[in-house]
Amino acid sequence: MNARDAILTAVRRNLPQPPVPLPATHETDRKAIAGGLGYKEHLNHMPEVSGFPDDGESNLPYFLKQLEAMGGRSFDVADATAARAKVAELFPTAKVICSVVPEVPGNRRIADVRDPHELNDVEVGVVRSPLGVAEAGAIWLSQHELVVTALGVLSQHLVVLLDPAAIVDTLHDAYGRLDLTASPYGVFLAGPSATGDIEGVIIHGAQGARSLTVLLLKSGRQPGS
Amino acid sequence: MTQVVDPEARAARFIALEIHESTHDRLVWGMRQHRDKAVAGIPEWEELRELASQIKEHTLTHLDKYLEEFEAKATSLGTHVHWARDAEEHNSVVYDILSAHRVKSVIKSKSMLQEECGMTPFLQNRGIEVTESDLGERIQQLSNEPPSHIVVPAIHKLRTDVAELFAKDLGTDPKNSDPHYLAEAMRNNARPRFMAADAGMTGGNFAVAETGGFVVCTNEGNADIGASVPPLHVASIGIEKLIPRARDLGVFLRMLSRSALGTPMTQYTSHFHGPRRGGELHVVLVDNTRSTRLGSPDFWHALKCIRCGACMNTCPVYRRGGGLSYGATYSGPIGVILDPGFDLRKYRELPYHSSLCGSCTEVCPVKIDISDQIYKWRRVVAAAGLLSLTKRVGMSALGTTLAHPTLFDAAESVAETVLAHAPRSLLYNSLNPWGKHRELPTVPKQTFRQWYLENRKKGS
Amino acid sequence: MKLALFIPCYIDAFFPEVGIATLELLERLGCSVEYPLDQTCCGQPMANSGCQDDAAPAEAQLVRCFQGFDTVVGPSGSCVHHVRFHLDAIEQTPQTQKVRGSTRELVEFLHDDLKVEAFPWASFPHKVGLHNSCTAVRGLGHARPSERVNDLYFSKTGDLLGKVQGLELVEIDRPDECCGFGGSFCVTDEAVSAKMGYDKVQDFYRHGVEYIASADMSCLLHMKGVIDRLNLPLKVIHIAQILNGGPL
Repeated sequence: MNARDAILTAVRRNLPQPPVPLPATHETDRKAIAGGLGYKEHLNHMPEVSGFPDDGESNLPYFLKQLEAMGGRSFDVADATAARAKVAELFPTAKVICSVVPEVPGNRRIADVRDPHELNDVEVGVVRSPLGVAEAGAIWLSQHELVVTALGVLSQHLVVLLDPAAIVDTLHDAYGRLDLTASPYGVFLAGPSATGDIEGVIIHGAQGARSLTVLLLKSGRQPGS
Repeated sequence: MTQVVDPEARAARFIALEIHESTHDRLVWGMRQHRDKAVAGIPEWEELRELASQIKEHTLTHLDKYLEEFEAKATSLGTHVHWARDAEEHNSVVYDILSAHRVKSVIKSKSMLQEECGMTPFLQNRGIEVTESDLGERIQQLSNEPPSHIVVPAIHKLRTDVAELFAKDLGTDPKNSDPHYLAEAMRNNARPRFMAADAGMTGGNFAVAETGGFVVCTNEGNADIGASVPPLHVASIGIEKLIPRARDLGVFLRMLSRSALGTPMTQYTSHFHGPRRGGELHVVLVDNTRSTRLGSPDFWHALKCIRCGACMNTCPVYRRGGGLSYGATYSGPIGVILDPGFDLRKYRELPYHSSLCGSCTEVCPVKIDISDQIYKWRRVVAAAGLLSLTKRVGMSALGTTLAHPTLFDAAESVAETVLAHAPRSLLYNSLNPWGKHRELPTVPKQTFRQWYLENRKKGS
Repeated sequence: MKLALFIPCYIDAFFPEVGIATLELLERLGCSVEYPLDQTCCGQPMANSGCQDDAAPAEAQLVRCFQGFDTVVGPSGSCVHHVRFHLDAIEQTPQTQKVRGSTRELVEFLHDDLKVEAFPWASFPHKVGLHNSCTAVRGLGHARPSERVNDLYFSKTGDLLGKVQGLELVEIDRPDECCGFGGSFCVTDEAVSAKMGYDKVQDFYRHGVEYIASADMSCLLHMKGVIDRLNLPLKVIHIAQILNGGPL
């Protein structure tokens, strides 16, 4: 018997009884839970409880707060010109900028990259994220947005364009929108690379991006870019 | 015969290092506190725990179906799926994949499973260089020690220890123990290794049956580099890591990092569905005692574990004695209930390396009854005749004495006479562990029974 | 109310004053209390080591002693927890199940069953650090465990002590971290147990506590051992003694 059959046979023989059904739902309706269980009442007296936005309120401030808590930063930019200027302002001495977005030109064309090793000297990578998650200040990038997946993790600094309208509240909402099989690689980035392995001291730029900068800019055709 | 691990002696040695122990306890308790703060922001936390527990229980009670679904979907995406019955088979399957691709050097991210299988020494003995990319794991690799914590593998070390280590192995300044300096040195040392590696290896936090993909969570992004730069990516995934659907990820990922470090997510949550452009992807599904544990009514719930480390953060015994006390891949409370399943004799002392406080059970995001399992493992050890001689004899004597009223009275008198009259040197010596750091109780004038007979039973 | 008094072995041997206070308190509250003389031990030390065979005789003796009563009350969270949750080394006859189901710990008996409103005879003008043992908190539900961050806070022991005149409850940094007693753990894992005890005692001492109060004398026995070795000006006291208002 090969390993596959041996394992499946052993698993089948050992399945715990009785079988447990898949839970009926796991759309956690936060407001219903919070309200119904009376949490909202006493939670208001607990220190530093995050105030998740109520219906109708924008989740952008919460997204930005979480992004900052995770070590990222953000800037509002009005248009492509402003985005270009911001990148130049933030990284004045950068020699290699690899941009995948039309709004910000770089000097390394991602389309020319044959092998991910070529991206080892990229100082600034510029991409656009199609989806943000407010509860973690996270942004989603897949092979579509990165073109070469190593760009997201070899760039010394990462700049991510994000349309504020593309931010959902929770991971439940995010997975509702994503088709994971549409790309061989997809990553939620919550801030830059980090570690706390030495005495718990938080260090940014452990292996991947040293910094993560979100530029809030509506997506769509940008005139004059 | 493998040496029995003595967690108590190891813990005592760590506690004797006062600065190490107090720093370790403070930092790891800090992680528990961060968890508490994060939980305060999720009013539906207990509901999530219940959901996560049920999803895992459902998956495990239908595991064969989900394994087959995962394999079919993964294969359709172009992923090569392999199976390994045990550690040895895992290692040889991995070696076969690597040697077929003429791999000379591997860069890997954290995988408890690969550690469990002893993969690194196996590959190194066959001429394949293996480098840990996670900072904590690399520190441990250079120290020749296993990880001491699932999430922060070197948390038992002081920055000065790391400085000394890096000075030796990376050529840094031995007097500079600034964590930023040391991390930067590691970054600069690791990057060329990533570039030169022929293959990247990872573990897998969750394998999604519906999509045929898997998710790896890191804070450093080292799994992503290993997967996106070398042309070959090999992932080792335990069969218990299966979950049914993509949307189930929301439940687990919302709790994983909050439980571990108190952050809403890890910095990188990476999803792999088939090989990347220009790459090849292999997944090795590993059993290695998991199917056996599945068949144990008392212990199968341990398979729900998502490796968050919350149990060890809250465990007062873990924080004092350190993770290396457990002498195993898995430390802390989860280690106590997993390790005896790998080798009952070697790890027979672990279930006693606990005060049964129950805090672990309360923080476990998937509601594993950890503390109850620790208690049950004690019964297994005792029933297997594996209790140490002193424990066995002691419990037998106690059991007889404490059951019979006359024996009980007699023992009380003896104990009280000895305590009241014996010289201090007789009471406080190496035979009396209680007395090493504590005073013995003083002897009262009479027992409660004696008082009752004198004051209440008289005249009744 | 007629009930049987369950006095754990170590209280009988080393802390009779806790047994006396418990008996007097229950009588003050109108209970008719009987103390079966042949009781010995609930079997916990042997059971906690996994030695079911060695625990069985003691467990059988316990059932024999208490099977004639409708309610059994004992001033020990860990022992009562053992009886209710783990007394299974012996056959689960109807008598065994009855004894297991009717054994109450003192705090839950006062708070939930008798619903005592006041202790007018009790006065304790001291700074008290409340130590809820692990079995009391996570096993018997004496108070909200600190891990349950979003649950409403409650403390049965705190409520009872709040009814004692002059008593000031002092909060500490790690209110329900284990003190390190853990049964035979205290000697088999001596270094860890002692360090946990030291940390716990220091936490109380740092916050200006005069008395550490608990419903579990076993924890206090361990902490007292540490206090005496360190020569700290701290005292330990069982809740029964405070609520009874009698001599300490």
